[in-house]
Amino acid sequence: MNISRRGFLKMSGAVGGGVALSSLGFNLGPARAYADELNKMNRVRIAKQSTTICCYCSCGCGLVCSTDKATNKIINIEGDADHPINEGALCAKGAGFFQMTEANEHRLRKVLYRGPGGTAWEEKDWEWALPRMARLIKDTRDKNFIKRNAKGELVNRCEAIGHYGSSNVDNEECWLITTVARALGVVYMDHQARVCHSPSVGALAESFGRGSMTNHYIDMQNADVILIMGSNMAENHPMGFRWVTKAQERGAKVIHVDPRYTRTSARCDFHVPLRSGTDIAFLGGMISYIIENKKYFKEYVLNYTHASFIVDESFYFKDGLFSGYDAKKRKYSKDTWVYEYDANGVPRRDMTLTHPRTVFQIMRKHYSRYTLDKVSSITGVSKENLLKVYEIYSATGVPDKAGTECYALGWTQHTVGVENIRAMTLVQMLLGNVGIAGGGINAMRGEPNVQGSTDHAILYHILPGYLKTPPASLDTLDKYLKKYTPVSHDPKSANYYSNYPKFMVSLLKAWFDKAGTKDNDFGYSWLPKMDDGKHYSTMHMFDRMYEGKIKGFFCIGADNAVSSPNAGKVRKGLEKLDWLIGENIFDNETYQFWRAPGVDTKNIKTEVFLLPASASMEKEGSISNSGRWVQWKEKACDGPDQCIPVGEIEIKIMQAVKDLYAKEGGVHPEPILNLYWDYLDKDGHFSATKTAQRINGVFLEDTVIEDKAKGTKVVFKKGQLVPGFGNLQADGKTACGNWCISGSYTADGINKMKSRGKEDPTGLGLFPNWSFAWPVGRRILYNRCSVDLNGKPYNPKRNLLEWKDGKWVGDVPDGPWPPQAEKEGKYPFIMQRDGLGAFFGQGMADGPLPEHYEPLEGPLTKNPFSSQLINPAIEIFEGEMDKIERASEKFPYVITTYSCTEHWCSGALTRWQSWLLEAQPEQYIEMSDVLAKEKSIKNGERVKVSSVRGSVTAVAMVTQRLKPFTIEGKTVHQVGMPFNYGWLFPKDTKDDTTNFLTPTVGCANTFCPEYKAFMVNVEKL
Amino acid sequence: MSTKPELVKLIDTTLCTACRGCQVACKQWNEMPGLRTKQVGTYQNPPDLQWNTWTLMRFQEYRDDDGKFQWLFRKDGCMHCTDAACVKVCPSGALYHTPLKTVGIRRDKCIGCKECIAACPFDVPRHDAATDKVYKCDLCYSRIEQSVPPACVKSCITKALTIGPKDAMIKKAYARVAELGGDANVYGDKFVGGTHVIYVLQYKPEVYDELPVNPKVPLSVIVWKDLLKPLSLLTAGAAAAGVFIHYITHGPKTPHDDGQEQKGGE
Repeated sequence: MNISRRGFLKMSGAVGGGVALSSLGFNLGPARAYADELNKMNRVRIAKQSTTICCYCSCGCGLVCSTDKATNKIINIEGDADHPINEGALCAKGAGFFQMTEANEHRLRKVLYRGPGGTAWEEKDWEWALPRMARLIKDTRDKNFIKRNAKGELVNRCEAIGHYGSSNVDNEECWLITTVARALGVVYMDHQARVCHSPSVGALAESFGRGSMTNHYIDMQNADVILIMGSNMAENHPMGFRWVTKAQERGAKVIHVDPRYTRTSARCDFHVPLRSGTDIAFLGGMISYIIENKKYFKEYVLNYTHASFIVDESFYFKDGLFSGYDAKKRKYSKDTWVYEYDANGVPRRDMTLTHPRTVFQIMRKHYSRYTLDKVSSITGVSKENLLKVYEIYSATGVPDKAGTECYALGWTQHTVGVENIRAMTLVQMLLGNVGIAGGGINAMRGEPNVQGSTDHAILYHILPGYLKTPPASLDTLDKYLKKYTPVSHDPKSANYYSNYPKFMVSLLKAWFDKAGTKDNDFGYSWLPKMDDGKHYSTMHMFDRMYEGKIKGFFCIGADNAVSSPNAGKVRKGLEKLDWLIGENIFDNETYQFWRAPGVDTKNIKTEVFLLPASASMEKEGSISNSGRWVQWKEKACDGPDQCIPVGEIEIKIMQAVKDLYAKEGGVHPEPILNLYWDYLDKDGHFSATKTAQRINGVFLEDTVIEDKAKGTKVVFKKGQLVPGFGNLQADGKTACGNWCISGSYTADGINKMKSRGKEDPTGLGLFPNWSFAWPVGRRILYNRCSVDLNGKPYNPKRNLLEWKDGKWVGDVPDGPWPPQAEKEGKYPFIMQRDGLGAFFGQGMADGPLPEHYEPLEGPLTKNPFSSQLINPAIEIFEGEMDKIERASEKFPYVITTYSCTEHWCSGALTRWQSWLLEAQPEQYIEMSDVLAKEKSIKNGERVKVSSVRGSVTAVAMVTQRLKPFTIEGKTVHQVGMPFNYGWLFPKDTKDDTTNFLTPTVGCANTFCPEYKAFMVNVEKL
Repeated sequence: MSTKPELVKLIDTTLCTACRGCQVACKQWNEMPGLRTKQVGTYQNPPDLQWNTWTLMRFQEYRDDDGKFQWLFRKDGCMHCTDAACVKVCPSGALYHTPLKTVGIRRDKCIGCKECIAACPFDVPRHDAATDKVYKCDLCYSRIEQSVPPACVKSCITKALTIGPKDAMIKKAYARVAELGGDANVYGDKFVGGTHVIYVLQYKPEVYDELPVNPKVPLSVIVWKDLLKPLSLLTAGAAAAGVFIHYITHGPKTPHDDGQEQKGGE
């Protein structure tokens, strides 16, 4: 506990008028207040105070839990006034945090079990459950293990076990989950990041080199223009919006572009409605406006981006298709999406930007098709509104202005999810808004630790630290490293991923320690391998489950029966499982799929285990907010009854499995038996600290690190912690669970994630001494773009970084090298092979430049831009439950789905909390008064909403906040529904999940499902 | 005692995002339950102030004379009047003026006569049948008297809610109104002796649902308070006085009781 008592008691974050109450000049002496209430204040004062971090959205707000010392129970939870992000404030969910504690009667307290055919939960205990679960896991694994694939390649995987979750557990727990799943050979492994922000990683990494939010919440205060598009920020990232209002105080303009007028729109300068699924058209028009009106920041574009690169002659774009398309496979060959290189292997550039094959001219030509008339007709936005937004936003394309973009699921959850975001990266690079204070692209993630769970890769396609999951074709470590270690011949490119072997070998050492040696590729062959070109995402997993191919399923901190698309299909899939292991703090519709409405409970053979977990404030550990702040939480008290942290559950299950393999042997036991598994404390409980240190990295041998440039030698002892990823070794001398997080400890073992320093030397709200921010404490990514070639800040008023007297001053520079103009200088995007920002996306599945395609299920039969109606590279699921009906009279309305402030995701946490449920008690559908009149639906009446896949009931909310659009000359109605409700609770509910309506289809690049644009009908009940 | 300044809470409706942190924070600190509600076609829930809901976010769709649409948010709750009708009529002394000039409530003294409910010009106090007590916001007296901001103010994300010395807050409110221009106005400082909760409103008060344009202490309350109450209290027990006050001010009507219909909720 290192917040000061004074800090807690002053709670001054909200005292207004700049006057603290304690300075009011009166004696606060004994008061004559109402006795009980006074007593509460005193009870809170003398309680144990622990700081924690909110477990809902990704703002990372601080809270203080007061635990009664006598009862060890939490008696009060409120905002942490010392916390720089929320300064004591909290939204409805945060303010109601207390109802997550054991004071809530609905908390799970005991191990619950349901046997084959069972009609109710039975109470069990850990001693009974652990051996039973281990037996099922081992039997399923041994029986279904795939040693070699059809091609005969060594794959060492088990497709019969699936795993989902969770972005709602701590980093250390995420890392243990990812570790257990890989040791078991699981490839169908995914979690909320897939359905939330997977396209952010795909898009931002392609353009900039890293997949995360470029800036952080507090930095929004530094913006001159804020475009909120693809987000209902005030409702879903309420504390982020605090910093938007700070910018407004300074005179910043705030624009909201969204199908609905929401609580966000109410506080913006203006709201511009657009039809769901047409963001690329809107942004394409903006790109063209910026280029044609010369609003771009030319010096930035020339020096810090690929704009001047020359694209190979064989590349073309024609009628909606890029070169290399194979219609049968619905896939592109990217062989022509390449640059021209000179004799030294350095990309050729035309610094005049006039060569017709420069990236700049190709982009210009591409977006010249996005005329105001066309964009207006597709999006439903008036030309006047388009121009208004384009003008205001593009005014930030000058050195001393900053424009930022805030988005969330409104951009990711589309068949063009990655390309929506990519389109904005193009805008931001043209305007020179990346890498500066008040700029960037703020991918506001949806869950409290989805940044961390993504970093730790509870995802099929990556390993911790964004290293690639090995495909079957790369059967040796050497081949693998060769393939994924990029090579640049440009001396100005830092090409930081040239260190890839150090990160990968250190990860293997973290897992297999002594058993992983140079001779056995450090255990590389033990890892499960994916078939080349195959995907194993959430939708694929449920597709396989529906086919009966998945026998066992781990569902941690998630509720797929409500939250996954085409939920009817998901629920049918669950019925085919042999076993399901759930870990959570409340029960939900997934764990009780066997008694959902209409299910033949007695004929379901699945064994279900529901394991009671400690809530967020009942365990210590770190979580990472959207701005990459890795913040340590203290433990306020124990969880009730049998509850233990998810980390401890994972350790115990794996230990039980290890014991069985040790005793009985089995198929491919190496990754299980050789797994380093020392994460319990001396009392036999999960140690977040031990795990965090393993993630940070440790020297396994005495190591001398020599820096030839500086002429220094540093000696580290065996067992010492690695002070940063620059010290990692590719020869097995270091173990590091996730190179990105390396540096979260000092070599002496000081945990930087606990730091609570409030210094703000730049005055920009960077708070460099508050928690740890990856990488290496850097608060704003690509920050060397904020200076000119000589290291002088482009905007001296918001001086983020400056090269002074031979060193960098300000934020931790993105790469230690001198500014670009100096001899040893490097380009600013150090994670890119070529060192520069990429307009041209060579790695994209659906084209190197974002192009508008209609949603899979939309109101149009023809795409006004080309003959390609839908994204030509999306995977089409064609099962019996994957129906589609577009532009049909039966389903004439465009729908979008979303969350609200008072609930969170599937509502599986928030519906159990009476304060939140009281404020948003049941399913509703928002529709315009025009549509309601047409359908004779009155406000508050119950309606049925159907798509070709299913139907749900809801209460009609008739509002002026939605308006019909005119699209291609026709009236198109837009409606919207929250996805926060399910059948299990509240008990008297008549409704069920909105995801009965949604299609099984996702982003072409990352398989983030399309929750945001499809077609329904609405009828009066 | 003269060193204790009056406190005023300012609600700047033009900054509010209606996140309802205040609505929930109030329940958290005051340990009030959430009850089962229904969706009736609005974000506003519970539909009105209730014995268990002392601070309520009101949502209202409004189109102004120029056709400009605005979703209005207004946090409703006790205004903490200087001339507090509830304090005047309270026969048991449950409602009282605190040393900070806010209106406190000593629930152990409440006799459930509901007189305050009838008298309040803002329709704030609520009765719960189960406990037969009246409930309302006490501006977190347990907190403010120890220099800790009320739960709602502390929770406020956008600083739409602030609290401080009366003069400073009124000045701040007028400065904000000047900045906003148009019909923006300060609500609360000019009537019932000045309230200790004031609003900055974007539009004229009559635009807002459930907001009285010209709130007054009912004349009958003044008559009673100044002329008859002392006499009555001399001659009757407090409970009987409550019934009597009610009868002479309003006749044999029973103020609504929001405890009943919610019974059997969670």
